[in-house]
Amino acid sequence: MASGTVRTPNPNSRPAVLVQVANALYALGNFTVFCFKSISSLTTKGVQRGTLLPAAYQIGVQSIPVVALTGLFIGMVLAVQSYFQFHQLGMENRMGAMINITLVRELGPVLAATMLAGRVGSAIAAELGTMRVSEQIDAIDSMGISPIRYLVVPRVTACLLLVPALTIVADLVGVAGGFLYSSLALNIDAAQYFYNSKEYVTGFDLATGIIKSVFFGISIGLISCYHGFLCRVGARGVGRAATGAFVSAFVIILFLDLLLGIALDTIYFQFNPGGNSLL
Amino acid sequence: MSKSKETIDVTRLDEPLVQVDNLVVSFGTHEVLNGVSFSIARGQTLAVIGESGCGKTVLLKSLIGLIQPAAGSVKLSGADIATISSATLAELRTRTGFVFQQAALFDSLTVRENIAFPLSFNEPSDQSIEERCDQLLIELGLDPSISDCYPGELSGGMRKRVGMARALMMRPELLLYDEPTTGLDPIVSDVINELILRTRINHFVTSIIVTHDMKTVRKTADRVLMLLPASQLNKGENQIIFDGPPSELDRTSDMRVQQFVRGDAGDRIAALVSDNSFTDGEWK
Repeated sequence: MASGTVRTPNPNSRPAVLVQVANALYALGNFTVFCFKSISSLTTKGVQRGTLLPAAYQIGVQSIPVVALTGLFIGMVLAVQSYFQFHQLGMENRMGAMINITLVRELGPVLAATMLAGRVGSAIAAELGTMRVSEQIDAIDSMGISPIRYLVVPRVTACLLLVPALTIVADLVGVAGGFLYSSLALNIDAAQYFYNSKEYVTGFDLATGIIKSVFFGISIGLISCYHGFLCRVGARGVGRAATGAFVSAFVIILFLDLLLGIALDTIYFQFNPGGNSLL
Repeated sequence: MSKSKETIDVTRLDEPLVQVDNLVVSFGTHEVLNGVSFSIARGQTLAVIGESGCGKTVLLKSLIGLIQPAAGSVKLSGADIATISSATLAELRTRTGFVFQQAALFDSLTVRENIAFPLSFNEPSDQSIEERCDQLLIELGLDPSISDCYPGELSGGMRKRVGMARALMMRPELLLYDEPTTGLDPIVSDVINELILRTRINHFVTSIIVTHDMKTVRKTADRVLMLLPASQLNKGENQIIFDGPPSELDRTSDMRVQQFVRGDAGDRIAALVSDNSFTDGEWK
């Protein structure tokens, strides 16, 4: 069977629920094998010469504007939403800390990854899906070249390296957006804004966001390529692959965000039992 | 067998290049190939015919392991492709050219990059690759000036020929053609048939041609296999209902072969109507 395709179980006369569970387990098994093959190819054979740069350009460079725009608006919206509450408490000068912690730990990585799952993930799934439907992936396989190494490894590597880089872009632009809105529209003292940010935003907060983005990046790459490889015949098949890639990646991003949030917080409080309070 | 010591003996010219034994391929509950067996001698050109859905393309893809069989075996140059390592299978595939039905050219690469693709993967800057691309284009009746065009800018016939050039790039000993003349006008179809013949002579390749086109069969093949869809098989019947030279096609007594060769619908429409019972203006 061609790489990445699912062999559906024989339904016979089993109850529909059992068939669905069996199908889900087959899909999970196939995805696990696909991930294993991709990571094994990356670690043992590396990236094929000449394949990484085009993937990096498509995934990274072309995503900068949309990611920067996302970061800018997140920063400004956080300022808009938090001002009233902080103003009630007379703590508006500390808004910078809250905005920047929220940005670098949570919203920057998650919303940048969500945006990339939509822009990059769907594009990868649609591109590979079209290649599957038009037998281009079979053609690569028929020449004795591994489609995993030629098509998947560069895309996953580009996602792995560039989603964290784009998250940093989103964070930086978001910090700037939050600051500009706070100082220009809400008249918050700029020196106080930055002083409080510096006091409360730690290296661990930055690291938390970057660690999350590494996991988000590899998930977007693998899930999108898998959906592309699994694509069924026809325009509807390609559409479903693109939609499926986005939906699956989005759900996994949220799930990983929760898991990593819990794990990283547990590690943090092991070393800093008192935490770092704004009050 | 140890992977590092696994080698394929290509010097044994006496044994068949392709040996298929009891090949069974299923997709879920749908059986496509049911115990197909045949072999091909080196240098032979075999045409595989049969109505749509009988498993011709599945058979072709199974020969190089693009589709995994449920049972049976395929041997290429004496090596069972199910038991050899993936590296050895990849090496075997480099000695096989596959011309896909829609050419399967890479849209984002130029004609030259498409043709050079199998080699450029290893030696991207070799000057001789470019020369060989041009030579193949000329051999297949194409102007080398199209080298910088993208597949989207070519006609169907040109795309097929570029697909053939790509398949020939690795100097294969086995060429697999999937519907090489489908979708082409009669003149371009004949050009493709002529090129299949010339390729056989110039490159001494063994060829398997999956086709519906009886003109292609008569012009290019030494031997013809006709497959029946697995769903139409009688109990215990072989799925290959014809195996012989093209000249025998008209003399066979099997009505199913005769019907296919003549392109005769026979009672198919009547059978469809009775199966689906068209009543009250609706198909049941």
